[in-house]
Amino acid sequence: MRPFDYHRAADTDDALTALADRPDAVYLAGGTNLVDHLKLGIVAPDLVVDISRLDLDEVRELDDHGLRIGAMVRNSDLAAHPLVRRHYPMLSRALLSGASGQLRNAATTGGNLLQRTRCLYFQDASTPCNKREPGTGCSALEGFTRNHAILGASPSCVATHPSDMAIAMAALDAEVIVLTRDGERRIPVVDLHRLPGEEPDRDTVLDHGDLIVAVVLPAPGRGRSTYRKIRDRASYAFALVSVAARLDLDESGQIREAAIALGGVAHKPWRATRAEEVLRGAEPKRESFTLAAEAELESAWPLPGNAFKVPMARGAIVSVLTELATEPTEATELSRPGERTATTEGADDDG
Amino acid sequence: MDYSLHLGVDGTEHTLTVDARTTLLDALRDRLGVMSPKKGCDHGQCGACTVLIDGRRQNSCLALALSHDGAQVTTANGLAEDDELSDLQRSFLDHDAFQCGYCTPGQVCSAAGMLAEADRGAPSAVTEDLAAEDLQRPELSAAEVRERMSGNLCRCGAYVNIVAAIQEAAAHRTADRRPAHDGPAPQPAARATAEEPR
Repeated sequence: MRPFDYHRAADTDDALTALADRPDAVYLAGGTNLVDHLKLGIVAPDLVVDISRLDLDEVRELDDHGLRIGAMVRNSDLAAHPLVRRHYPMLSRALLSGASGQLRNAATTGGNLLQRTRCLYFQDASTPCNKREPGTGCSALEGFTRNHAILGASPSCVATHPSDMAIAMAALDAEVIVLTRDGERRIPVVDLHRLPGEEPDRDTVLDHGDLIVAVVLPAPGRGRSTYRKIRDRASYAFALVSVAARLDLDESGQIREAAIALGGVAHKPWRATRAEEVLRGAEPKRESFTLAAEAELESAWPLPGNAFKVPMARGAIVSVLTELATEPTEATELSRPGERTATTEGADDDG
Repeated sequence: MDYSLHLGVDGTEHTLTVDARTTLLDALRDRLGVMSPKKGCDHGQCGACTVLIDGRRQNSCLALALSHDGAQVTTANGLAEDDELSDLQRSFLDHDAFQCGYCTPGQVCSAAGMLAEADRGAPSAVTEDLAAEDLQRPELSAAEVRERMSGNLCRCGAYVNIVAAIQEAAAHRTADRRPAHDGPAPQPAARATAEEPR
């Protein structure tokens, strides 16, 4: 590990200033990803600026009933927060589906968003990787691709974004508050991360020194929501495919609105806008859900090692939406017995 | 570059000088001779290095020591009081919840932290209804214990007994703490009897 200087930031201004003239300096929050990368030799900063004690650890309800989540709120604290559990259970479940109890106690909201891919080749400094060393090539393309992208990838990079939390935030229309040297920026979570294109070394639209200080959730959307994660073992593994979804039905029982984001399939949280369009005004039944999933996955570009993700994602979308449409609930528009029976019949063979 | 670091470890205060690259795990083991936390994978994947930092369980291998300057660290050693094993440690012995023992200090620290989390009402990924109005302390079923302890690997495969040991310790703490939380046990029964005629 290359030697580095350490500086504990006194406040956000101090943090921004510390990185301003130091192109090789990095921020340290919970450290669960950065310290690992220091050991692996993936990053070699000359200065580590510790922002973990900045006064950014508050979860606050806003006047519009949204929620402002400080960037240093720990993943475990956010998942257990009563307002998150009651009003954004999808986010709570996504957080709890990620990592382990120990890691969630350390990992922060801002750091979680900026964690890097778990592509095996990216993490192995002995192999070529366009994300780690631009221009060296992609080792994954003809390698082990079980965990890699099926949507929005490029010949330069097929890595996936690993966060569960960010998938839920993408479906919740969350925004990230970023301090830059030119002032404050608000960036929708869906626009924070990039597709790889020709520059896979850039995970996000942020510039060096930009500091995420909070995530803002709008007031909870109507209807029911959940997060489901499919992985190779029951706990403590990254997603092969995950689905964050909210389904809202109108008085006549038609779908008023659906919000869907997919994890484990792309270089960024994948908001399934094509599926959402298909669902608007449709009947909440299996046929509609299948059509929507297929519309979204039409552009899938699977590799030999991850072609299974296409039917897996389709099955997961259909299964989650079916659950949201059919589970017994207090919501009056969902409690009509005829509907529940009709949709439950088709829900027995989900992938 | 070297920096001054202050740590409380299992009740003893230490001031030392460390290179900025030093992890909390290496500070404990190599600098302070506290050998209870183990270095398994050194990448946050196995949990053998788990300690309590200001009461919260974390992987000490992924914690930069300087980032925790001034913290109180509890290792498995520090869970015992006056050389008396804690109920949790005793329960690991009673249930034969280990074979080689290498992962055990991390398992025990993780379990102690996990029980404290459950006492605060923290849910897990297998908690059925996260939005439930009743956000009380969850029942620690075997499935809940397995999920909450998934950050601690045991290559000997003593999981079945580890789950049993933790469940017993959890049941003991429930019995111990019920009076403080819910008032004397006989009262609800008396109330129920009084209401019977209605």
